[in-house]
Amino acid sequence: MEQLLQHLLNAVVLGGTYALLGIGLTLIFGVMRVANFTHGELYTFGAYMAYALIGPLELNFFVGLAIAVMLGILLGIVIEFMLLRPLQKSDMDTTMLVTIGAWIALQNMELFGWGGVAKSVPHPFPTDPFVIGSVSVAPLRVFVVCVAMVLLVSFYLMINRTTFGIAMRATFQDPEVSSLMGVKINRMFTLTFAIGSGLAASAGALLAPVFVVVPMMGDLVTLKAFAVVILGGLGNIVGATIGGFVLGLAEELGAGYIDSGYRDAMGFILIIAVLLLRPQGLFAPRERTG
Amino acid sequence: MRTLIVLGISLLSSVSYVHASDPIKIGMSQPLTGDIAAAGTYVANGARVAVEVVNKSGGVLGRQIQLILEDNKSNPKEAVATAEKLLSGDKVPVILGAWGSTLTLAIMPRLLEYKVPMVVETASSSKVTTSGNPWVFRISPPSAIEAKAFGDTLFTKFTPAIKKADMLVVNNDWGRGASDEFTKLMRSKGVQIGAVETMAPDATDLSAQLAKIKQSGGDTLFVTTGIEQLTLVLKQAQEQRVPQRIVSTGGSSAPDQLIEQAGLAANGSYHIVFFAPWFPEDAAHPEVAKTFIEAWKKKGYAAAGLTDGFRGYDGILTAVQAIKDAGKAEPAAIRDALWNVNVKGANGDIKFEKAGPAGQESGQSIPNIYVVQIKDGKVVKP
Repeated sequence: MEQLLQHLLNAVVLGGTYALLGIGLTLIFGVMRVANFTHGELYTFGAYMAYALIGPLELNFFVGLAIAVMLGILLGIVIEFMLLRPLQKSDMDTTMLVTIGAWIALQNMELFGWGGVAKSVPHPFPTDPFVIGSVSVAPLRVFVVCVAMVLLVSFYLMINRTTFGIAMRATFQDPEVSSLMGVKINRMFTLTFAIGSGLAASAGALLAPVFVVVPMMGDLVTLKAFAVVILGGLGNIVGATIGGFVLGLAEELGAGYIDSGYRDAMGFILIIAVLLLRPQGLFAPRERTG
Repeated sequence: MRTLIVLGISLLSSVSYVHASDPIKIGMSQPLTGDIAAAGTYVANGARVAVEVVNKSGGVLGRQIQLILEDNKSNPKEAVATAEKLLSGDKVPVILGAWGSTLTLAIMPRLLEYKVPMVVETASSSKVTTSGNPWVFRISPPSAIEAKAFGDTLFTKFTPAIKKADMLVVNNDWGRGASDEFTKLMRSKGVQIGAVETMAPDATDLSAQLAKIKQSGGDTLFVTTGIEQLTLVLKQAQEQRVPQRIVSTGGSSAPDQLIEQAGLAANGSYHIVFFAPWFPEDAAHPEVAKTFIEAWKKKGYAAAGLTDGFRGYDGILTAVQAIKDAGKAEPAAIRDALWNVNVKGANGDIKFEKAGPAGQESGQSIPNIYVVQIKDGKVVKP
């Protein structure tokens, strides 16, 4: 029972960041129809920027995180402008290959620039964990989860309550009609990619002090973000959020009670099951056609 | 005309072969990029340092040594490609490699094909020396030898004594081998075994494994994995207040790097290392250890890399000694000479015993192992 509580707590912490990664990716897919394989690299970029700003440059921890996220948004804009905009009329396979290429290039640049030795990001939180009964959690992780929740909630408010959010959802449903209604599609694409990238970079920056920063850290993240997106249904934002928590839970309980060696496989086993039994995703309403 | 060009080229190349003052090539395959790039780079740097030291003292057989370093990208397929390049392209008479059992095992069939010996500087799986490959000479300890040495000399050094042990290992040949051997050793000492957990090589969140281990009631947790993951284990064990004393095995834990990256979480942990640069006077050959450490620092390499770097250093010393004893830089002669070398390395004496099936034995050296503890951000003798 105590072990179960610890697993559940860990799952919530993990799920929050999976959700951040998932909604960024699903948003880009939904609005732009791009399967974005640079997502994990934006995560890595956010982590390295957090390291550079808080470590060697000795900025305040919170300021450093905020700037790292902004730089992530900037990199997202650059990628969209230079690689995806010229290919707007191309099919999904083409943009997918381009983002895979960008993934490899970015990763090698990181390896070249930072070297293979892992970097550690200092943080101001006490290292002694909060202990409730036999369950414990580090203050840093509590901070990560709180920020993740704030980001998730503000993202929903933006999507559901602002004109910009309505325009984005309209583009989501039908780019051509919304462009006839006066939505500037190009700007919408850039902003979507920027927001998606910012969410990935924020997950990376938040998790950098929890884990260590290495050039390959994004690989598994890209795959997991896709797992979250497929679990929730492609382009489904609420689905991706819940999918993030489901994946966290599946990994924790799978590792805790089945076999820890297959921890990272759990998510992918779940995807196979979802694709076989409910290919539209766990939470997708019936596909709207026409 | 074309015939003339071909003739010219072949003349030129044959001329270069007979030139006695040409350097002797030693090939090396290491992971310089990919998951284990950090450790691979340390080992490669150790080899670079050794080549410099050897060349400065006049080289071998009156010729200089040239290190041809290839990146196997932490990937077995790429490891085979590097071996092909070194063996058929550069035609090196001896190679070093390849960091880890998986990468080394991938290269081994090529040695049989090209009949070129390999000095294995890092690999812990017993398969490396028991698969009947007479071209393999390993200077690092397989897990069985490491566990045995731990049982013989280090087991009793722990107070309070080890009563119940848990294992947390990376899910590959190395980790599973270590977990098997240390479990066997602990059982033979009357120690109970609690949780045995594995983790994927690229897993970052180990909270589930640690939550299970925390409940096992053990007093000592043996961890076998690379330095990055070990850092995460230490940090997360502290977050979850895992009560066990942590002992890392495998010899590539680079305690200096752990202190820097895991901070307070590294305090109290024990590490099995095969080279203890903090106490060179305790090495079997202190003067060799000191020469290595000085040359390493002069190159400006990070001190944290010494615990891995010595493998590259000792590997080169071994290959060079064999070339010297053979009297010529030819693969078969070097292989024969390797059986009789007695090298004073940074780790200690390197000489090979026979291992594996009769008639096709591989060479296995029995290295020294040490255990150190991190205390108040410093490496100390426990």
